[in-house]
Amino acid sequence: MKPIIRVENLSKQYRIGDARAPYATLRERINEIAGAPLRRLAGRQGRAARRQTIRALDGVSFDVRPGEVVGIIGRNGSGKSTLLKALSLITEPTAGSVELYGRFGSLLEVGTGFHPELTGRENVYLNGAILGMKRGEIKSCFDEIVEFAGVGPFVDTPVKRYSSGMYLRLAFAVAAHLRTEILLIDEVLAVGDAEFQKKCLGKVEGVAREGRTVLFVSHNMGAVTELCRRALWFDAGRLRSDGPAREVVAAYFAQAYGGNHKWERPSPGEPEGGEEKPVWLRSLRVRQQDGTEAGVVPFDQGFAAEVEYEVKAAAAADVSVVLRVVSESGTVVFISRDTDAANGWRGKARPLGLYASACHIPGNFLRPGRYFLTIGVARGGTWLELNENVLLFEVSSVGYPLNPERKGVVTPILEWSTRAAGPADEGGITATARRSRPDGTGINSHE
Amino acid sequence: MPNPDSHSLPDQPLYRNAPGGSWTILHLKNLWGFRELLYFLAWRDVKVRYKQTLLGAAWAVIQPLFSMLAFTLIFGRLARIPSDGIPYPLFALAGLLPWTFFANAVAGSGQSLVGNANLITKVYFPRVIIPCAGVGAGVVDFVIAFIALAGLMTFYGVGPTWRVLMIVPLVALTVAAALGVGLWVSALNVRYRDVRHALPFVLQLWLFASPVIYPSSLVPQKWRWVLLLNPLTGIIEGFRAALFPQKEFDWTALAASAVITLALLVYSAHVFRRMERSFADFV
Repeated sequence: MKPIIRVENLSKQYRIGDARAPYATLRERINEIAGAPLRRLAGRQGRAARRQTIRALDGVSFDVRPGEVVGIIGRNGSGKSTLLKALSLITEPTAGSVELYGRFGSLLEVGTGFHPELTGRENVYLNGAILGMKRGEIKSCFDEIVEFAGVGPFVDTPVKRYSSGMYLRLAFAVAAHLRTEILLIDEVLAVGDAEFQKKCLGKVEGVAREGRTVLFVSHNMGAVTELCRRALWFDAGRLRSDGPAREVVAAYFAQAYGGNHKWERPSPGEPEGGEEKPVWLRSLRVRQQDGTEAGVVPFDQGFAAEVEYEVKAAAAADVSVVLRVVSESGTVVFISRDTDAANGWRGKARPLGLYASACHIPGNFLRPGRYFLTIGVARGGTWLELNENVLLFEVSSVGYPLNPERKGVVTPILEWSTRAAGPADEGGITATARRSRPDGTGINSHE
Repeated sequence: MPNPDSHSLPDQPLYRNAPGGSWTILHLKNLWGFRELLYFLAWRDVKVRYKQTLLGAAWAVIQPLFSMLAFTLIFGRLARIPSDGIPYPLFALAGLLPWTFFANAVAGSGQSLVGNANLITKVYFPRVIIPCAGVGAGVVDFVIAFIALAGLMTFYGVGPTWRVLMIVPLVALTVAAALGVGLWVSALNVRYRDVRHALPFVLQLWLFASPVIYPSSLVPQKWRWVLLLNPLTGIIEGFRAALFPQKEFDWTALAASAVITLALLVYSAHVFRRMERSFADFV
């Protein structure tokens, strides 16, 4: 069958220097031009070093046939988003080509072009037009959009007065009603609460069933295997694997196991952001109780997430190291900061130096399965550094005594304390009353 | 709903993204398909501009009106600059209207690409729509201010003649001139943010280089051609000729203005087309 999307030998290079300062000022250009002969004389390498390029995409080729739903997976920085940008004509490739044989709609962000001062109704029309819908098209599905978003009574209120949930729902609702042959979706489904995510995934499923072509980037492996028959795995800008979604996801996980129960900053000490960061993360690993580094830990044993970091500048008391544990399906299981506990770093400034710190995660707690660890440094509510899903570990079902079907994000084995509370009088009635109050602590029934 | 079975797939790609080559096939047809977006973006700019202001659209009148008052006091009364036999307030306002439109349109479209960076990095559409919408939004202000001018003309008892119809092509020429400058400035602004600082200053100088405060008849004949290099000379003097019977059309100035505007537009469109492919990487 003829492909509807054809990608041939696609490459995209970015200059690292440009990535850091996305625009040059005229003065810099003049300096650069004026200084060029001098530099050549002196043979200085400073500028050249900064002019290193990275290949966000490196010789990627694939075809997509009409009606296929393709999941795109890979770690952050592996080229997924760049690929979507090249596919949706936003950025020009350095080499190779993209050909689209149909109308396309891209959803790289929820609510692009929403203006806070405009009302819900006005934003639906504006956003629809930005996404390439005709006015008549928007008009015909306007009620449907408002209903899907559930913002009916507020449709003539400026969206700056909306709650963030309403805002997201409305924004997604517009995009969900795009009627193009090809739909390109970036990790936009990761926003909003669980129920909203479910609704969005349902909508994508519906789109797929209509026979339209969908490419979507996701870190939610559950969604990828559920929605897609095919998946593309990107690694360092290359298409590493292309095949049935289940196989590709399995291979992706397997690779993550292989060498990845330890994460290390690629080159320690090299500045990444423009801002001076007081705390530099160096490494993260999972260590079992017996001291071995491992990617798999038994359910019934505690383990530690060990972080090494360097305090380079006097760190204010509000800086904290943040650990996030995310389940395979994308649910954040918990977040822990080393400033949480009173006996930790809460309210204390850290002296300069190298630190090794461990976050102790108890056994009998995490449901058997695979988890991603994210490690970062935050000042108050803003990230100074964020390394998402850098490490994968598995809680094995070794020592797991419960029914695998047990519901819950975590499956803790909790202690119950029970004491005899006097003799049972007319046991039947008391027992009934107690059953009806499963969490009550009352000794006597009130009936 | 389109049913994308393989039979309906076109032989040629609808869109093609490759380095250097033409950004899209059928660029103009493509542009026409996005005309509604142009309308919506301009409409958004107009709608948002006067939100949460006390005076609302009255600002469109207040700005040129107060400049006119200041010019009348300083240049009309104190400096006694001649005004081709037209009452100075009318003379100044008739010049300020196209000037304010032009200056606001250039400033608006010049900032438009940077101001809409979120759109450029997230959605595809012909980029040229953004600066065009920036110019389009200024048209509404111009119409409102024109009503104020009509009021002032009634006050002075200056009646319009058939020549007032010339306003329409003159506005079109102003739009073209604003686009010619705005497209270029907006593209340049993506790469060099110096533009943001230079633009207000350049526009201020440009005001004095245009016959807004003074008539072009004030400039010695020998130097008149310098004035004609400015496309606004023909436009502003044309406005006055269209409105006031005392003044004749200077067809040479108008022709010069049209030619220079066209050249500007072609050059800017070329620069824009060459740079637009990298907007998303730089903005």
